Parts: sequence; structure tokens; C-alpha cells
Amino acid sequence: MAENHVKATPQLIVIGGSAGSLEVILKVIPALQLHLPVAILLVTHRKPSNDDILVDLLNTKSNWPVKEAEEKEPVLPHYIYVAPADYHLLLEKDHSFSLDVSEKVNYSRPSIDITFESAAEVYGPSLVAVLLSGANADGVEGMKRIRRLGGYCIVQDPATADVEYMPAQAIAQGVANTILSPEGIAQFINELFTAG
Amino acid sequence: MEFEINDEEIEILLQDLLDNYGYDFTDYSRASLKRRINRLFMLDKFPSFSLFRKQIQTDSTYFRRFVEEITVNVTEMFRDPAFYRTVREEVLPVLATHPFIRIWHAGCSTGEEVYSMAIMLQEAGLLKKSLLYATDLNPGVLDRLRKGIFPLRFIKQYSENYIQSGGKEDFSRYYTAKYDWAKFDEQLAAKMVVATHNLVSDRSFNEFQLIFCRNVLIYFDRNLQDRALQLFDESLDTLGFLALGAKEQLKYSSIYKKYRQLDNKDRIWRKIT
Repeated sequence: MAENHVKATPQLIVIGGSAGSLEVILKVIPALQLHLPVAILLVTHRKPSNDDILVDLLNTKSNWPVKEAEEKEPVLPHYIYVAPADYHLLLEKDHSFSLDVSEKVNYSRPSIDITFESAAEVYGPSLVAVLLSGANADGVEGMKRIRRLGGYCIVQDPATADVEYMPAQAIAQGVANTILSPEGIAQFINELFTAG
Repeated sequence: MEFEINDEEIEILLQDLLDNYGYDFTDYSRASLKRRINRLFMLDKFPSFSLFRKQIQTDSTYFRRFVEEITVNVTEMFRDPAFYRTVREEVLPVLATHPFIRIWHAGCSTGEEVYSMAIMLQEAGLLKKSLLYATDLNPGVLDRLRKGIFPLRFIKQYSENYIQSGGKEDFSRYYTAKYDWAKFDEQLAAKMVVATHNLVSDRSFNEFQLIFCRNVLIYFDRNLQDRALQLFDESLDTLGFLALGAKEQLKYSSIYKKYRQLDNKDRIWRKIT
């Protein structure tokens, strides 16, 4: 991994995951230092009825405020946002969220690809993306776009993933800047803002 | 997906649509619009932006396809069943007290939710004295609504939604299945008034006791959202109901103070003054 450094101060970290990703999120999020000057957005595949459950669960595990991303809401640092189920989540140029109920992509809504691509357009090099455990390749195309626009891509080590297909695809297609365990992901994010 | 059409070119296309056809998308949120336009550009394999632009400008049939493809026409029957349960249990009893019921489905697309409402009215014995106005800016989707024919592969999901919404009948009584299609009872469509209407540029045309506008406002910027909500406000009787999509809000609009949300978390507001 030659380009193993983040090119600009990250403003947004988007974490995408599918089957087996919740356990990883529940390891990473509580391990994050408080008051990192960055917004975190979680895009995961799940049933529409589970919206509040995930937000409530993360709020009990994290000292960061966790909330569902609402349409037109400005993206603010120090918050963890959760993409609502059954909508695609996009980013606007003024750093606010947009929702879209168009066709599923990769059999998924929200689609990780759509959020990754849209965030890449807006945030360029100040975007960090993380792709976790999952059973399809949603997110891989999005990571290609993030790389082209200067962003940084972290992929969960498939050996640590419940379902290795999604991270393995990302690695096979050469989009990973770095491959990390769940503990490694949390440490990496914390050090983004302390290593100077 | 690679984005071939950049922000500047998007603005050129939007200006063309306004100048040539009078369709104003300039107050639509850009992220979704940009993705939809790029998706269509790829899908229809245009070699360059200038040819794409020219086709839209000069071919009115392609222009119709363009508008239908960049606007989102994904819908389903009894979408968000809990919402429909609230309509059934809390809104229908109020509508029943009126001698004549007028309902507007604004931005209804292919009309699955209009048929859902017609079914609930029929079950409440109210369809006879009701009219459902179904409007959209795309004439093509309204043609499909008039036919009342929907893909059979979705019916299992619709049937489950119907039951979760509190439906007690055998859902199959409402349609006839043939090959891959389900044709819905013509008695339902008989009570629908179908017309094109653009929320950006067209005005209020009647007064209603219930207005549905579900998953349309999310594509508008705040300013256009507010204008559309004012249009609904002008079109709604006092004590009428305004029903929005699961992630849509009144709280940022100028009409907010005139409305009270129903007690549960469903996105239904009642006009109180």
C-alpha cells in the first residue's frame, strides 16, 4: 500500500457495512475518542423497522451524540449519523444530507455505493471511507470513485469479518489504502487527529 | 458509476428545460438530480454531453423520457403499513362525517398509493361519496395509473403491507391476475380524477379534506418545499389532514404553526386554524 496516508484533514468518515457489520460497528464506535473534529456517517443494510433500535443502541454505547440523518440537515462534526433504512442517502455540496427513494442498487437501499460516490464528489480528499463485513459488493464501486477523487479507503481485514465477501471484493479490486481489524480501524481514526 | 456530466452541465440542462419546455427543476436538490441525470446518460449510451443536450432540446418524446427518468417513480401499495393503519383508524372516521370526500394525491406517480386509499375507502363504505384526485408531472406514469395494472411479482409484498395496515379482507378480491400482471378492480379507478399537475409551477385547483404528498418534498430544496407546502395549505380545508412521507417534516416550513401532528409518530398533520 504505497499511498498509505490521508491527504487532507478528514471532515467526514463514512462507514458502510452489511451482514456481520453491526458487531464491528459496536466495537469501533465505543473505542473512538470523544470530540474528534469530524462527522461520522453509518450506512448499513437492514430492515426498515429497525431504524430507532440502531440509533438507540449506539447512543447507549457511545459518548458521541448519535442520530438518524435527516434530509437537508447540515453535516456537523462531533456527531454520528445513521442513514435511515429504505432511503438512499446523498451529500449535497453545502454539506447537508439528501434522501432519495429511487430503485435499489445492489439489491440495497440504502446503497453504500450511492453514499460513497456522492460523498466523494462533495468531500474529495477530506473523505475517509470504511467498508466492513458483508455478503455483496455494495461499496466497492463507491470506493473506486473515492480513490479517484483523492479520498482514503479503509477495508476491514476479511479474516476478522463475519462475512468476508464485501471486504474481500474491495481488496481484490485494489481500492483499499489500508486493511485493518476492527480494533485497528478505531485506532486509525483516533490517530488521524492526534498524530498531527 | 462514473459521473460524466459535471455540475456546470447540469445547470445548462436545467436552464434548457425551463426555456424550451417550461419545466422548472432549478429548485430541486442537486445530489439526487445529478445522479439520476448521469444514470440516464449512461443508460442511453450518449457519446457526448452536447448530443444528450441536443436530443432533449429537439425531441419532445425523449424530453418526456428524460423527465420521467430523472424524477423518481418508485412507489408501492400501502407503503409504510403503520402509516396506513393510522389513516384507517384515525383519519377515515373523520372523513366519514363529511357528505362528500375529496382527497388529493400530489406527485402520485403510477398510483399504487391512490389504489391503496381507494381500497380503504371502499372497506369503510366511503368510496361512493369520495373522489381521489391523482396528479403527477409525468403524463406517462398517469397513463399507467389509469389502467390500474401492476406487476404481479410485487403483489405478495402489497398483500403483506395490506394486512399489516389493518386490512381484513382477502386482498386478491381487489385484482384479477393475468400472466405477469394484476389488474385492479375498475370500480376503484372510477372514483379517481387523473391529471398532470406540477407542484413547482401549477396552482391550487380545489379544496380537499386530505392531501397526500409522500416522498416528493425530499427532492425539493427548502425554498421549494415551503412553496409546495403553502400550496397544500391553500388547498386544504380547516381541520383537513396533510400526509407526508416517512422522512418528511413540516417543522421547517412557514405553515408549521397552523398544523398539529397526530399523536403517534406517523407523518400526518391536521390543519387547526
